[in-house]
Amino acid sequence: MSTTTTGPSGSVPLSSGRAIRLVAGREVRTRLQSKAFVWTTVAFVAVIVLGGVVLNLVTSSGTQAKAVGVLSDVAAVAPALEASATAVGQQVETRTFDDRAAGEAAVRDGEVVALVAAVSPSLEVVVKQTPDQQLAPAFGALAQQLALTSAVEQLGGDPAQVAQQVATAVPTTTSLEPAPETDAAQVVAGIVAGILLFVSIMTAGQLVAQGVVEEKSSRVVELLLATVRPWQLMAGKVLGIGLIGLLQVVLIVAAGAGTAFGLGLVETSSLDLGATALWSLVWFVVGFATYAVVLAGLAALVSRQEDVGAVVAPVTTVMIVPYVVGISIAPYAPDNPLVAWLSYVPFCAPMVMPIRIALGAVEPWQALLSVGLSVALIPLLVWFAGRVYSRGVLRSGGRMKLSEALRGA
Amino acid sequence: MPAATVSVGIDPVPDLSIDALEKSYGTVRALRGMTFDVRAGEIFGFVGANGAGKSTTMRIVLGVLASDAGEVRWDGHPIDAPVRHRIGYMPEERGLYPRMKVGEQLVYLARLHGLDPAAARRAMEHWTDVLGIAERRGDEVLKLSLGNQQRVQLAAALVHSPDLLVLDEPFSGLDPLAVDVMSGVLREQAARGVPVMFSSHQLELVERLCDRVGIVRAGQAVAVGTIEELRRTERPRWVVEGPADGWAAAVPGVRVVEQDGTRTVVEVDGVPDGDQALLRAALAAGPVHAFGPDRPSLVDLYRDVVATDDVGQAHDSRPEEAHA
Repeated sequence: MSTTTTGPSGSVPLSSGRAIRLVAGREVRTRLQSKAFVWTTVAFVAVIVLGGVVLNLVTSSGTQAKAVGVLSDVAAVAPALEASATAVGQQVETRTFDDRAAGEAAVRDGEVVALVAAVSPSLEVVVKQTPDQQLAPAFGALAQQLALTSAVEQLGGDPAQVAQQVATAVPTTTSLEPAPETDAAQVVAGIVAGILLFVSIMTAGQLVAQGVVEEKSSRVVELLLATVRPWQLMAGKVLGIGLIGLLQVVLIVAAGAGTAFGLGLVETSSLDLGATALWSLVWFVVGFATYAVVLAGLAALVSRQEDVGAVVAPVTTVMIVPYVVGISIAPYAPDNPLVAWLSYVPFCAPMVMPIRIALGAVEPWQALLSVGLSVALIPLLVWFAGRVYSRGVLRSGGRMKLSEALRGA
Repeated sequence: MPAATVSVGIDPVPDLSIDALEKSYGTVRALRGMTFDVRAGEIFGFVGANGAGKSTTMRIVLGVLASDAGEVRWDGHPIDAPVRHRIGYMPEERGLYPRMKVGEQLVYLARLHGLDPAAARRAMEHWTDVLGIAERRGDEVLKLSLGNQQRVQLAAALVHSPDLLVLDEPFSGLDPLAVDVMSGVLREQAARGVPVMFSSHQLELVERLCDRVGIVRAGQAVAVGTIEELRRTERPRWVVEGPADGWAAAVPGVRVVEQDGTRTVVEVDGVPDGDQALLRAALAAGPVHAFGPDRPSLVDLYRDVVATDDVGQAHDSRPEEAHA
């Protein structure tokens, strides 16, 4: 625009940047004023925070100490029992009973899960029905240790010294194909990241499609296109909804990370919370850009809200495949070949790569390469969408064929 | 005043020139050399059957649609984006964001036309006041009555003080009071010097309101000019109230068009003083109660022009016509 006409009220022609900012600004304001948007965001944040709290309760109750009775004449075994329980990841709290009847009564009442009644000639454990599955290995180890101790004593050795040696003997393992070490927190973070990205990209993408059709079905697009070019309108809409979607994701990620950090859920985990959170945001932006422009273009082919589903369906189908693969395989096998491949393929990477990142399964350069591949495709998608959108947006009536929109006016 | 438009022919600096526009939708030719001018400060009425090309022409002026050939000029230069920002437009298919508040919507549209936030707000307040919808500023558009939605639509066309108004059937669906409001606004805008172009099927309204009229048929402007110019013909018609039939046919150069009791309508072919000869013949036949030129209304003119089957024939006597 080289010429500038100044109207009577001092208006100036719009630069592309200002046009896009105005359109995007309207989208942002509209969403922020929408009760639906505010409440879904609040609900999402609440679910994440509550989920963290529940998870915290469940995991801490899982490691709660179990009560085991010990008869007073064999009370000396208590430390050894506690040690073998710890060795199999269980905590045991011992209670001493003076006579067997009182101990057995406590077992029947469920006050204690088991009663150690004798240690020689062999370990005798009294349980109500079947031995506690988690403690069974601990009792097994204890029995072996007791047998070993009496054997050492019979041979005239020092059981304490042998026990020391046994305890410190560890095998040297050489792993030929080391699997990345994953822990529960990483798996949970991976699943949450996968779900969050899928839901947020899907929701924001649908908003773009609905917004495009809303402008078409209400005919306001005719008025808008008398002042802004089709590509400016499309860019502003995608940008505005993208910003609001990013805001939502930032809030949710911050809530999730804050909860995990605040409750100390990741203290013992090798999960890199910061990196996982940041990469989730990056992947939202990349994934949204990929899907939103395509959806904006396709939505311009129809004129009624009822028809949005039909054009959007193929795209959502494309989204669901990597999502399902990502969420069902990646958290448990982040290096599965299918998962690894999909984490580099544009359109799939936004739902798969964040899971692998949460699990610490990729090097930074791999994550960057994947982002680079997805970003490289975006200009092509923008060209495609811009073409379809410009052709389709002023067409009213029935559904326009995609080939028709691509071929020409 | 647009009195200058009496001079038929080429205006040296026409404000909006539509020049030989061509547009096809697939195999349908919507425009075939659409040509006419709209001048500063005049109200130009654009009439024609549905599908004649009125909306297509307006949309090309707005740049919403691209023409296949031809040009739209503003003050002699091809129209461009900055000029288009100065147009006020009311599309045939009304369109506003249904769930956006009236005030916010008008401010937004004003800003898209390049107004700064303060000016946009002032303009919104001004036009909602003028059009009587000030108390509805905070309501969503879909909660307004159809008539009020039309007012918002007009406000949307005016909110940036346009240099040119292009309104596609602005009167359709308006109640009589709203028609008066709309007419008043169009007159005011024209008085400001703004060329106002609108299409309508309400021909009496167009005749009353417009300085000039363009009649379109099959993608061409087949007659353009003031109503007076459109009436001018080489075979003027006269109406005589007086003697009953039989007297007129004998007058040289006169053809009887209609004979209804004492009312005789005739066409007088280019004979000098043919009207005087006609009057004398009438007086000779009996008492004459009324004698005058037949002044066809726009409705008559429109029927006359649009009913013609063959484009490029029969209306070649009309002034300032498009090339056939």
